[in-house]
Amino acid sequence: MSTQSLHLREVSRHQDHTVPSNTDDRTAPGLALSLDAVDKSFGEHRVLKQIDLEIPSGQIVAIVGRSGCGKSTLLRIIAGLESHSGGHIHTGDGARTGNNATADQTRMMFQDDRLLPWKTVINNVGLGLSGNWKPRALEALAEVGLVDHADKWPAQLSGGQKQRVALARAMIHQPRLLLLDEPLGALDALTRLEMQQLIERLWQQHGFTILLVTHDVAEAVQLGDRVIVLESGVVGMDLPVSLARPREHASPGLAAMESTVLHRVLARESTDEPHHDERRHDTRAPLRWAL
Amino acid sequence: MTHWRAQAARRFLPWLLPLLIVVLWQVSVSTGWLSSRVMPAPAAVIEAGWRLGSSGELFYHLGVSFRRAIIGFAIGGGIGLALGMISGLSRWGEYLLDSTVQMVRNIPHLALIPLVILWFGIDETAKIFLVVLGTAFPIYLNTFHGIRSIDRNLMEMARSYGLTGWPLFIHVILPGAMPSILVGVRYSLGLMWLTLIVSETISASEGIGYLAMNAREFLQTDVVVLSILLYAALGKLADEAARYLERRWLRWNPAYATGAAA
Ligand SMILES: Nc1ncnc2c1ncn2[C@@H]1O[C@H](COP(=O)(O)OP(=O)(O)O)[C@@H](O)[C@H]1O
Ligand SMILES: [Mg+2]
Repeated sequence: MSTQSLHLREVSRHQDHTVPSNTDDRTAPGLALSLDAVDKSFGEHRVLKQIDLEIPSGQIVAIVGRSGCGKSTLLRIIAGLESHSGGHIHTGDGARTGNNATADQTRMMFQDDRLLPWKTVINNVGLGLSGNWKPRALEALAEVGLVDHADKWPAQLSGGQKQRVALARAMIHQPRLLLLDEPLGALDALTRLEMQQLIERLWQQHGFTILLVTHDVAEAVQLGDRVIVLESGVVGMDLPVSLARPREHASPGLAAMESTVLHRVLARESTDEPHHDERRHDTRAPLRWAL
Repeated sequence: MTHWRAQAARRFLPWLLPLLIVVLWQVSVSTGWLSSRVMPAPAAVIEAGWRLGSSGELFYHLGVSFRRAIIGFAIGGGIGLALGMISGLSRWGEYLLDSTVQMVRNIPHLALIPLVILWFGIDETAKIFLVVLGTAFPIYLNTFHGIRSIDRNLMEMARSYGLTGWPLFIHVILPGAMPSILVGVRYSLGLMWLTLIVSETISASEGIGYLAMNAREFLQTDVVVLSILLYAALGKLADEAARYLERRWLRWNPAYATGAAA
C-alpha cells in the first residue's frame, strides 16, 4: 500500500510551536522516522506486513485499529523493545532505531503506568539519571502539575496522576520521539480530556514527534496531525487531519473526520472474516467512545 | 470518642486472654489442684527467673544461645540469599543449582543430628551447622521466587530507561524481590530457634537448652518452664525484628505501610 501521497503535511500547526526551552546540539526537536517495508512475524503469525511510513519531525501520528491488528507491536519495534523480521527503520538522522543513541531519544508510555512502586514519585521521575537531577525532576513534575506529590508513593496516587508521573519521567529525558501505547486507555473520560490537553501542550512546547496508539477515534482526530488505521498488519488508511489547533472538542470538523475514520474501521469489520467474541467486543469500543 | 475507645480495645484486648490463663494457672497450683511437680506456679517461674537472673547465670546462657542463633542465621541466610540470587538472576545458575538445592532441601535437617555429632562432636560448630542448614533454604527459595516473579513490564521499562547491571539490580530487582525475601527471612527466623532448641536440648554444656535439660535432672520444673518461656520470648523478638524490616523496607506497599497487626 502506498502512502507516499499523504506524507506532505499541510497541517496548520498551532503557531506558538517553539523550540524546546532546553536547547542543545540536536538539530530538530522532533525525530523524523522512516519505515521501509517493515515486517514482523511471531512464528507462523505474520503481524505486520510490509509497513511503509514516512513520519516527519514533530508530527503527531494517531494510530487506530482493531485489537490485535499490530499497533503495539509496531510501537515496540520502533522503540527497539522488539526486533522486526524484515524491512528497515531509519530516523531522520539516518540512524537505525534500536541503537543506543536513538533509544535514548525515544520514550514509550503504556496503558499501565509502570512506575516502580518502591520508589517515591520524584525518584521514579529520576530513574536512570545521575548527577544533580532533583531540580530537573521537580521541574518535570511541575510541568505535569504534580510537584506537591513528589514525595508520595505511587500507591497513593490516582490512575491519572500515575500516568502524569510516567509522562514526567519520559519528559525529563527530553525525548525527540514519544511512543504512546494507549496511555489514556484506563482513565475516566474527564481525566482523559485533561491528559490529552496536557500532552498537546507539552508537544507544542517541546516539539517532539508523537506516535499515539488509541482505541478512541475521537481522541485520534482530536490530537493527531494524521490518523492511521492499521488493518491486520497493513496501513488501511492514512488521513491527514488539517484542522487548526487548539481544536474545539467535538467540533463539526472533528466530528466529520471522526466519522470518516469510524466508517473505515467499522466497514472493515463487517467485510472481514468472522472474529471471535473478544475481538468483536473490542472493535466496538471506538463506537462507544464516539457516541 | 469511639476512635479512642477502639484504640484502647486494640491495645488491651489481645492481653486479656493470656492474663486470664496466667491467673487461672496460678490459682490452680496454689489450691493444689495442679501439682507443682507437673507445673510450677507462675510465681515460682518468676522467682526462678529472678534467682538465675541475679546470679548472672541466665544472661550467660541466653547470650550463648543468642550468639549461636545469630551466627547460624547470618551464615545460612547469607548462603541462601547468595544462591537464590544466582539462580534467580541467571538461567545457567538455575540449571546448575536449583535441582540440587531442591533435593537437599527435602532432607529434614534435624535428621542429620547423629551425623553432625559424629562430624563435629557436641561443640559449637555442630549447633551452628544445623542452624545454617535450617535457615538457608527458606531464604534461598523466597529469594529465587521473588526475583523470578518481578513484573516483566517493569523490567522492560527499566531497561528502556537505560538501566542494566548493578543499577538495574539495586533499583529494580532487589526491591522487587524484597517482599518475598522478607517472607523467607521470617520463616528462617522461626526455623532458627526451632533448630537451636532441638540441638541444644540433645547435646549442650551451655545455652538455654542446657539450662532446661540440666534443670530436668534436678526436677526443677520452674527452670524448665522458664527456659521454654525464654525460647518463646526470643522467637517473638526475632519475629518483631523481621516485622520491623518489613515496615521499614516495604513502606511503599500499602499492605505494610501502617504496620498492621498480623
Ligand atoms: N510476544 C508475542 N508473541 C506472539 N504473538 C504476539 C506477541 N505479541 C503480540 N503477538 C500477537 O501479535 C498480534 C498483534 O498484537 P498487538 O500488536 O499487541 O496488537 P494491538 O493492535 O492490539 O496492540 C496479536 O495477534 C498478538 O497475539
Ligand atoms: Mg495493544
